[in-house]
Amino acid sequence: MFSFIARRLLVAVPTLLVLIVISAVLMHAAPGGPFNSERKLSAEVLANLQAKYGLDQPLYVQIWTYIRDLVLHFDFGPSFKYKDRTVNDIISQGFPVTLVYGFWSFVIATILGIGAGVIAAIRQNTPTDYLVLTVAIIGAVLPGYVIAPILVLVFTLKLGWLPGGGWEDGEWRYLVLPVIALSTGYIASIARLMRSSMLETLNSNFVRTARAKGLPEWKVITRHVMKPALLPILSYLGPVFVGMITGSVVIDMYFSTGGIGKSFVDSALNRDYSVMLGVTLLVGALTIVFNLIVDVLYAFIDPKIRY
Amino acid sequence: MKKNLLLSTVLSLALTGTTFAATVDPADKLAGTQTFNFWLLDSITTLDPQLIEAVEDSDVARQLFEGLYTEDGSGDLVDAGAIGYTVSEDKKTYTFQLRPEAKWSNGAPVTANDYVYAWQRLVDPATASSYAWYMELMQVDNATAVIAGEKPPSELGVKALDDLTLEVKLITPLPYFRKMLVHSSVLPVPKAIIEANGQKWTEPGVLVGNGAYTLTEHKPGEKAVVTRNPLYWNNAATVIQSGSFLTVNDENIAFTRYEAGELDTVGIPTGMYPQLSKDRPAEASSAPRACTYYYLLNMDPEKGPEALKNVNVRKALSYAVDRDILVEKVLQSGQIPAYTLTPGAMAGFTVPSVDYATMTQAARSEEAKQLLAEAGYTPENPLKLTLNYNTSEGHKAIAVAVQQFYKAVGVELTLNNMEWQVHSDIMHERTYELARSAWCGDYNEASTFLDLFTSSSGFNDVAYLNADYDKLMADSKTMDDPQPNYTKAEEILAADMPIIPIYHYTSSRMLKTDVRGYPKKNVFGTWYLKELYRVAE
Amino acid sequence: MVTAKLRAGDLSRITDMAEVKGRSLWADARKRFMRNKAAVASLLVLIIITLFSLSGEAIAPWTNEEIDFNVIGSADTEGMPSFASGHYFGTDDLGRDLFARSAQGTRVSLMVGFVGTFIAVLVGTVYGAVSGYVGGRTDAIMMRIVDILSAIPYMFVLILLLVMFGRSMFMIFVGIGLLSWLGMARIVRGQTLSLKHKEYIEAAQASGVSSWKIILRHILPNLLGVVAVYTTLLIPDMIMAESFISFLGLGVQEPLTSLGALISEGSKAIVQGSLWQLYFPLAFFTVTLYAFYFVGDGLRDALDPKDR
Repeated sequence: MFSFIARRLLVAVPTLLVLIVISAVLMHAAPGGPFNSERKLSAEVLANLQAKYGLDQPLYVQIWTYIRDLVLHFDFGPSFKYKDRTVNDIISQGFPVTLVYGFWSFVIATILGIGAGVIAAIRQNTPTDYLVLTVAIIGAVLPGYVIAPILVLVFTLKLGWLPGGGWEDGEWRYLVLPVIALSTGYIASIARLMRSSMLETLNSNFVRTARAKGLPEWKVITRHVMKPALLPILSYLGPVFVGMITGSVVIDMYFSTGGIGKSFVDSALNRDYSVMLGVTLLVGALTIVFNLIVDVLYAFIDPKIRY
Repeated sequence: MKKNLLLSTVLSLALTGTTFAATVDPADKLAGTQTFNFWLLDSITTLDPQLIEAVEDSDVARQLFEGLYTEDGSGDLVDAGAIGYTVSEDKKTYTFQLRPEAKWSNGAPVTANDYVYAWQRLVDPATASSYAWYMELMQVDNATAVIAGEKPPSELGVKALDDLTLEVKLITPLPYFRKMLVHSSVLPVPKAIIEANGQKWTEPGVLVGNGAYTLTEHKPGEKAVVTRNPLYWNNAATVIQSGSFLTVNDENIAFTRYEAGELDTVGIPTGMYPQLSKDRPAEASSAPRACTYYYLLNMDPEKGPEALKNVNVRKALSYAVDRDILVEKVLQSGQIPAYTLTPGAMAGFTVPSVDYATMTQAARSEEAKQLLAEAGYTPENPLKLTLNYNTSEGHKAIAVAVQQFYKAVGVELTLNNMEWQVHSDIMHERTYELARSAWCGDYNEASTFLDLFTSSSGFNDVAYLNADYDKLMADSKTMDDPQPNYTKAEEILAADMPIIPIYHYTSSRMLKTDVRGYPKKNVFGTWYLKELYRVAE
Repeated sequence: MVTAKLRAGDLSRITDMAEVKGRSLWADARKRFMRNKAAVASLLVLIIITLFSLSGEAIAPWTNEEIDFNVIGSADTEGMPSFASGHYFGTDDLGRDLFARSAQGTRVSLMVGFVGTFIAVLVGTVYGAVSGYVGGRTDAIMMRIVDILSAIPYMFVLILLLVMFGRSMFMIFVGIGLLSWLGMARIVRGQTLSLKHKEYIEAAQASGVSSWKIILRHILPNLLGVVAVYTTLLIPDMIMAESFISFLGLGVQEPLTSLGALISEGSKAIVQGSLWQLYFPLAFFTVTLYAFYFVGDGLRDALDPKDR
């Protein structure tokens, strides 16, 4: 197991390097540059800007400089749009915010989703089943940019219970609405996947055997059904967490959290190259780590899987 | 003898500028809490005055730094860092007397060297400011050479004669030069702090400014908080203790938060102004802004479409747009239909009356149809053109409406929505047919618009060339009253129609009723926290 | 010993029995599907919605791009749904008919959903099954590639595609499809890893069946349950992804619209009171999704050979 983990982490390094190169090439291939504004910059001003940020160098030099600064100084480069901050600043300020509300959304979505799926599966085709599914699907159907304004209208304006935005270092009152908005979509998909997985497992032979042996149903479920049923969910959960982080742009926009989700979209639209590379690396690292965790958990749950 | 008389006359005239601060109406009783929450649509990109590009950034910076002049509610200049000035006979040298009691927030006095440092920094190639051209616009001596790297920044035409005297040399006389000094790019900055802290100097606790407030908190994407600066020279007149700038990227959520009391002012979301101005006139207001919205017609001899080379086609395209419907039904915030380029709200400018502005829309559309028919296009055989616009609900709404207007007269308009980067690239490279664009003035005088379409302007994306126009604008710089030239210039534009002016912007906002001192009519939206106060209700 | 006397009817019964045809597994599945009332109802609903999306514009008195100049600007008061004005679903802020736009938008969204999902499922399933089955270093490399590709924020790729190749619908399908096969691949690979240790696989390997045949005939059909459910999760995801892209301004070009774009515009109208702008597209969206979910469930129940 340890050699497996070590190997995966070692492989992560060239993976990330390849990611840098591919992303850099893609970014520079897109038309437009970071310095476009209503006013066309004069050639001299543009030249000064490009010289300051090293954009007048050939692409391979820029990539090399980027990697070198990254490895030697852990310097992710400057932001072209946010001139007072470096990419290190942007990530170190924004990522913890997104991580906090992402984490809580993930926990809630997983618990509620799995719970709902289990209940629906146990009570298959009864009104409970349909009710659970209906409620879950409603959450999935409403996109973030529909839910968020409604949440603010209800909880901030009509009820006055919660603030309509801001972060204040993660005080719990500022967490509630973002977590609700972010988790609802995933609760439904996790619930459905769990339900179908449970149903498959409930119909397998070993479950029939356990029942035939006279085990009470709750024991059957907790001891024999849950583990195998959780397997397909696991591989889904990895992308779910990463997806919450990368898809949090609506949360940042509507709840003014200052998180990093907005940077994904903004940096692409602004052609803020260093920020783009920085967040790409961040997501890449996250994806690798999470998929590794998922794979390890897989091995724990299903003893037949060998690496 | 004669020279001294002239000098003293000019001097006395100059000294009549007024100082300004929160002028509390004696009848008002002040509220207990004096705070103000302002709405920002986007995150703050920078608070470094020489690097600022966005209007919202300058809204914040204006509270932290103070330049030679500020503006009052009507857009007139108010003495701030400068308490007096003289100008040489050839009108090319300005000498400013600085305020002796002005201090930085760390106690150091504000000197002329601070201004010199800031201005040199603006044009220094090492700073690579995208607003470096503003110095060129101000016609300061050697600005162009310094930006191009041909001369060192120390050669820029600005000098500190002593600690309290600043001298600026211009290349040509510029009647509106002082008006340009309100802009954020020419605010003074503390050299010692910048050299000690580099890029980090704008962080809360590090930033030192000479404005009425200092930066106490800045969470990017969330908020920025400024608190009263007790060392500000006019601190006694400041009423508001602290101001918060909250970033909310969606105007509807911002509006909801205004209703919930988390914001004290907010822009009115599209389409809500008519109802709000009727129901809540004390809070809703709309004022003209120094911006014009127009469609560019690509007249580039090689890259522009053939049809647009025909002036009658261009005229038809402009005539067919029903600006009244756009303003009354689509935009609905009291915008002003534009038949010419420069907004009437610009100081000292009168909008000339051009013939097509006085026709009824029915007559205009008829004329458009005829002009197109003469060129060979009818609704059965329509002229096919594309319109590029960057992503925005507002641009989309106008484009869709225009598409329908054109259908009726024989033009088939294909809409091309693209993101900003691509759109601006295409405009600058002139590979478009029609493109949505807009221009906001940099200073409160009509030439900030009219200079756009001179052949030497770097912003002339339509490749418009007219020698008469160029001459009119060049001459206007030295005239005492340039209005006649401006009128003629606008008439030339209406005759040649290189652009389709559509509307002049307004700024509509909601403001809590207990706030006083907000300059609702200022055409640039230049407001100062130090002039606000809240009354007890 | 008792001999049962053959009666006259017996003979015909015996010959009848000999004529019973064998039923394929798929026919079995279809029969099971038909028994699931919710799934059948949902299938009907989907068919109706698809018909609406294809014919709605023909029925409506207004086109999807025409501006009703009587309504424009005062949609809150003038643009309500009514039979008299011909705006059955009301209008949007620009006075365009929502009935026609909903029909056309549903069409676009369904196409994005189907085509995008088709691409994702096809590529993802094969990729994941091969990777999981072959295992070892090939699996490691293939999954690393998936890791790398999923790390590239899809914004960049989409912007690039849309900008370099133009904003056609085809590009949107390709773009969205290309980004979604990754999730499917991971799930399929996970399932394959579990499946490949089952006894019948071992038996097939022992009898010398080629890997490809094993993947095609034994692994893939057993994946169908999970794939079917994940597919029905994907289609709504595609429609949502398309709406997000429209929200950012990169979706279908005006005057074409999609359900996502309509919902996005409608949600802005909540504050202003013209709620029909949100209700109708959202209703279509919701109903379509429900239908997909129940059909997906029905498919899973029908195709799963272990289900009773």
